[in-house]
Amino acid sequence: MTAAAVSIRNVTKTFGKGGTTALKNIELEFQPGEFISLIGPSGCGKSTLLRVIGDLIEPTEGEAVIGGKTAHQARLDRDYGMVFQEATLMDWRTVEKNVSLPLEMMGWDRGARRDRVRELLELVELTGFEGHHPWQLSGGMQQRVAIARALTFNPSLILMDEPFGALDEMTRDRLNLELLRIWEATKATVVFVTHSIAEAVFLSSRVVVMSARPGRVQKIVDVDLAYPRTNDTREETRFFELATEVRELLRESHEAREGA
Amino acid sequence: MAVNLLKRVGIFVAVLVGLCAFYMGYRQLYLSTGWTRPFKVDEYAMPRLQDIVSRLWEPAATDQPVLVQVLVQKALFTAREAAAGFVIGAIVGIAIGIVFHFSNLMRRGFQPYVVGSPILAIAPMVVIWLGGQGLPVWMPVAVISAFLTFFPVAINTLRGLDSADPRKLELMRSYAASEWSTLWRVKFPCALPYLFSAFKVAATASVVGAIIGELPSSIQDGLGGAILNFAQYYSLDPSALWATNIIAAALGILFFVIVAIVERLVVRRAPEHVA
Repeated sequence: MTAAAVSIRNVTKTFGKGGTTALKNIELEFQPGEFISLIGPSGCGKSTLLRVIGDLIEPTEGEAVIGGKTAHQARLDRDYGMVFQEATLMDWRTVEKNVSLPLEMMGWDRGARRDRVRELLELVELTGFEGHHPWQLSGGMQQRVAIARALTFNPSLILMDEPFGALDEMTRDRLNLELLRIWEATKATVVFVTHSIAEAVFLSSRVVVMSARPGRVQKIVDVDLAYPRTNDTREETRFFELATEVRELLRESHEAREGA
Repeated sequence: MAVNLLKRVGIFVAVLVGLCAFYMGYRQLYLSTGWTRPFKVDEYAMPRLQDIVSRLWEPAATDQPVLVQVLVQKALFTAREAAAGFVIGAIVGIAIGIVFHFSNLMRRGFQPYVVGSPILAIAPMVVIWLGGQGLPVWMPVAVISAFLTFFPVAINTLRGLDSADPRKLELMRSYAASEWSTLWRVKFPCALPYLFSAFKVAATASVVGAIIGELPSSIQDGLGGAILNFAQYYSLDPSALWATNIIAAALGILFFVIVAIVERLVVRRAPEHVA
């Protein structure tokens, strides 16, 4: 049996001395090639959990294991690519140089870098924008550059923190389709944090619904919609049923908290 | 771009004309009313503008070339001191900024001293320490000038390095980037706009530092020496000191403009981000 892509073992995270508990005894396991969404009310620790997986935050208790390695070792080995809500591009670099930044640090030579960047820009449909600066691109295009950059070293895991949260709905829908296409092409495991129920259901093979204060896993919803998904998927009855299920879970967790 | 440049030059000329008009208007007003506050205006206190300008084309002293030629030569001498001082100050300032950025202990321990050293008191000592060691005569002056320039550079380097977006730092961490790589690829570029605002202040400060530095060194070859000299003869020849001030101001402006041009070439940033 191959190692799980991501295995979260009894992770608890407390901020400050005796402060808020962002995550409480989280146990999760994602298989290679899965598309996982983390959804929940703000304050449920989904972004914190993503950072624990990426070894950007250290858990107070427990550990995250990435493909059989500690999260720390996985980060040092550059086993994952990261995409944030803001594209987080370097203003002073062109699109080409932004995408090649990780390769530069890995010591790739110029020619190899250029070839790889060309490939990736083709994948995110930005061929021809190599020489542009980030501020000359729309928000959606900037986010596509960020995705290309996260894919440069061909990571087996992609961590995405509300990557389309700041975009308008039409751009978001289009990028969702594009992301699925890229995911299918790369066969990477994706862990995707989102606020949007429709987005979570549309993209994921499984949706992890979390509740807040302290952040816990409330339920994992299996999304049994066939891939490849298209715009028609959004109109299937099953899509609505699943979205409703996730919505009710979120409402339950909200009401439980209000009642407490 | 060309239109923009034309506009800038136009504004500069307009401001210059405005300043001249203000000088002459103020002078005329005080001469005609005889007001004495804050000071009495006469030919000595405020020479006519045309006298100051025409003084530039008269011999500096008996049997000497015209004043403007002498002053430009002295300005070049002072410019060399100031340029050396600027470079030393910028390097030291950036180094101190980087050290403070990485060490809270150093930051808390040394920041008050960096902020507080009175330059004029140090100047004679620098001349004593560095004099008579076979160094060129202008070297101690460059060091004094560096004292004035390093401070804004150090403070703004620190602010600039601290300003890097936490997301960008997280991104670099996700690449397992080394401290140096993050410094060079993210923090330093983020600090550049801050650095250039410091360089603009430092450029003029380095000229001031060089002029001040010439005084305790009794260097006669620069603008500081000329100012001291003409100040002694002020009652006989007030226009000469005013003319020297114009040349000194022009030197400061030239330094500023050079930095501003380099900034435009170096800092590639979204238009709204250029400091």
